[in-house]
Amino acid sequence: MAKAAESSGDPGTTSPRPLMRDLKAVGKKFMHVLYPRKSNTLLRDWDLWGPLILCVTLALMLQRSSIDSEKDGGPQFAEVFVIVWFGAVTITLNSKLLGGNISFFQSLCVLGYCILPLTVAMLVCRLVLLAEPGPINFMVRLFVVVVMFAWSIVASTAFLADSQPPNRKALAIYPVFLFYFVISWMILTFTPQ
Amino acid sequence: MENMDDTSGSSFEDMGELHQRLREEEVDADAAAAEEEDGEFLGMKGFKGQLSRQVADQMWQAGKRQASRAFSLYANIDILRPYFDVEPAQVRSRLLESMIPIKMVNFPQKIAGELYGPLMLVFTLVAILLHGMKTSDTIIREGTLMGTAIGTCFGYWLGVSSFIYFLAYLCNAQITMLQMLALLGYGLFGHCIVLFVTYNIHLHALFYVFWLLVGGLSTLRMVAVLVSRTVGPTQRLLLCGTLAALHMLFLLYLHFAYHKVVEGILDTLEGPDIPPMQRVPRDVPAALPAARLSAIVLNATAKAVAVTLQSH
Repeated sequence: MAKAAESSGDPGTTSPRPLMRDLKAVGKKFMHVLYPRKSNTLLRDWDLWGPLILCVTLALMLQRSSIDSEKDGGPQFAEVFVIVWFGAVTITLNSKLLGGNISFFQSLCVLGYCILPLTVAMLVCRLVLLAEPGPINFMVRLFVVVVMFAWSIVASTAFLADSQPPNRKALAIYPVFLFYFVISWMILTFTPQ
Repeated sequence: MENMDDTSGSSFEDMGELHQRLREEEVDADAAAAEEEDGEFLGMKGFKGQLSRQVADQMWQAGKRQASRAFSLYANIDILRPYFDVEPAQVRSRLLESMIPIKMVNFPQKIAGELYGPLMLVFTLVAILLHGMKTSDTIIREGTLMGTAIGTCFGYWLGVSSFIYFLAYLCNAQITMLQMLALLGYGLFGHCIVLFVTYNIHLHALFYVFWLLVGGLSTLRMVAVLVSRTVGPTQRLLLCGTLAALHMLFLLYLHFAYHKVVEGILDTLEGPDIPPMQRVPRDVPAALPAARLSAIVLNATAKAVAVTLQSH
């Protein structure tokens, strides 16, 4: 493809050039998620770097310090990872079975990128948890998580809704709602120790 | 008549065979065209090479055909496509109908053979179970709880469907596996409603009323459908009694014992934090992990006993 042809014809350059291009593409898609409009950017040139970065960040932040727990945090990382990727695969299969004309990886790409607002919510919750615990603390975190949850759903709807037959959009969006609800629950109930 | 139409949708194997046969015809047509071109190009000179090549080709084709038949049978999601062919209005009406028992038992009642509604209801039940376990300041191992929730809900849906299908086979009931999955899946709608309400309003009396009313209605609906498809009083009793018992007891379990399982996990994690004066004195070395575990369990029981004694 175009990227490989460009980079392979020049043995003198090291990898920074395609790396910067990839990073810029990932950053552009992040912007599209944060300000969702009906556009094709996420669908046209999909990539899975962004979802991977977001998933790893989320899984790392959802670990707790392992001073007094028997397990050393390893399984928690794996569990978050598995839930995110298997949830995305399930939603993709569901939308394909409902008659959507989106490809498998395009759908994974959109669902992965739309986790960005929830990752931001996780960062904010982590900062809020540095203050003293209490009901106000919980209310602030609840508010932030609910707002980001709604943002994720709006963003993914803006990208995914066009690929479904018009009368079945609700059927395709409902599992997306459940998926982001489960991730929001994981973020909201997280307490480091 | 509508009610007699039971054979909704062909079986997986039939659809797989159809797809495979269509694809094979395409592949054969392409291969025949390619072979003709080859023959014209080589003429008489490449005859021997052509023969050995043809043998190799045929062996390759046979192997490929077998492999792709197996693959297309089990990995082709197009087989599942007819079971997801629904409209939102249909899903809505089926959800409402799952709470309305129909008393017509002389004629087999129609069951919609779709998988979208049941699958979404199982996932919704998982989400409701997770929502019911939110606590704000206790250590939670989210992975274990999530795995337990998913395992419980899917295990119930698939396991009880298979078991009741097996019983239906023994009792000569007219129901296919797909219909059983769909019936039980839609029966979980009542469970979702009851759990959603009672996880937010924590009154035991309210739960019992909902359990009887809502759980009872969805169970009656499933029982009526099964009765209409079974002949003979003993068979009807066996099949419907089993289904009713399992369905109602599952809701009871989800409300009470599931919470206990969760609290057990939470208590085991909270064990080391219990202040020393509540510990029952035992002279076992603290290094043995088994003894420590039993000490922690005993502490939880002692704590519960202390709480009940205090409240009286």
